[in-house]
Amino acid sequence: MNLDFSWMAWTWPTAAFFIIIVLMLFGMGVWEYVSPGGNPRVGVLRFETTRGDRLFVSLLGSAFIHLAWLGLVGPNLWWALALSVIYAIGVFRYV
Amino acid sequence: MDKTWNNKAWFLVLPVLVLVAFSAVIPLMTVVNYSVQDTFGNNVFFWAGTEWFEDLLHSNRFWEAMVRNLIFSFIILAIEVPLGIFIALNMPKKGWGVPVCLVLMALPLLVPWNVVGTIWQVFGRNDIGLLGYYVNALGIDYNYVQDPFDAWVTVIIMDVWHWTSLVVLLCYAGLVSIPDAFYQAAKIDGASRWAVFRYIQLPKMQRVLLIAVLLRFMDSFMIYTEPFVVTGGGPGNSTTFLSIDLVKTALGQFDLGPAAAMSLVYFLIILLLSWVFYTVMTNYDAER
Repeated sequence: MNLDFSWMAWTWPTAAFFIIIVLMLFGMGVWEYVSPGGNPRVGVLRFETTRGDRLFVSLLGSAFIHLAWLGLVGPNLWWALALSVIYAIGVFRYV
Repeated sequence: MDKTWNNKAWFLVLPVLVLVAFSAVIPLMTVVNYSVQDTFGNNVFFWAGTEWFEDLLHSNRFWEAMVRNLIFSFIILAIEVPLGIFIALNMPKKGWGVPVCLVLMALPLLVPWNVVGTIWQVFGRNDIGLLGYYVNALGIDYNYVQDPFDAWVTVIIMDVWHWTSLVVLLCYAGLVSIPDAFYQAAKIDGASRWAVFRYIQLPKMQRVLLIAVLLRFMDSFMIYTEPFVVTGGGPGNSTTFLSIDLVKTALGQFDLGPAAAMSLVYFLIILLLSWVFYTVMTNYDAER
């Protein structure tokens, strides 16, 4: 059977993006295995979040940071990436 | 306690994961791939980077469609949720009226979207349509083909007709699950009709209302078929919602790259708003 995935139009940058997402999910799985229960806590948002929630908020927020950077500043996204990493650290630390 | 932490049960979710992979993940990955490229067909793609996203974020056409869509969703939620609760509260709880009301309520939900659009397209016409003809006969100048306000009114009434039943059925399911003991206790306390609604029925309906609001918001934010059949996005662009604009870009103009970028931004917005809705309502529930 010859599977042809050319219609999916893969590129290295987008493949790398998805590999990083999968690695993050895998890492969260390992974290959960090592420390089960999801580490629920009430942070600055004043409601309970697990570490899965915090990853979701980090990824969603990062997507909007990148979009805002593209719309308001320009196409150089390295600064947006740096800002997203800081944001994600903040979310995992305080949310 | 050991069984609580036995994660082998997750293997039972594998069939669903495979289904979701084929129906959602693989198409989403493809859209991400398209969003950073340009194509002229024949599976030949050219790298475009973030160009489509920049164009989109600076496009008035996109933001106008977004605002129209948000206003539409807000209006239909503001109408359908209270109306759905009101109808559910007034439906019979026992006797022959129950199946009759349930079937009547379920009927609009069984009609396919394009048929709903066609029904209202004919219904609203001022030459042969029952609604259009008699509204004009009353002296009100109604023409959804030419007047943007009339087009909006038609699309909103059509959506209310089609989907209020869903809110009604969900609320009704929440209401019939309330044990009689609650009502008896309220009666002993001499609670008013409003107090019974506010402190017994509304809290008990909260979970189903959360589902109703989420479903109606997501559905209305993604609405395509009904307004497309009735107004085609017009007059002008007055009822061009995001999905109609997206289809025009992807299939009308065959601009797959810009359409993919638009799809992703659209997806992120709906994901954010759904998360906010869900979090606010579930945490309100937890606090209670």
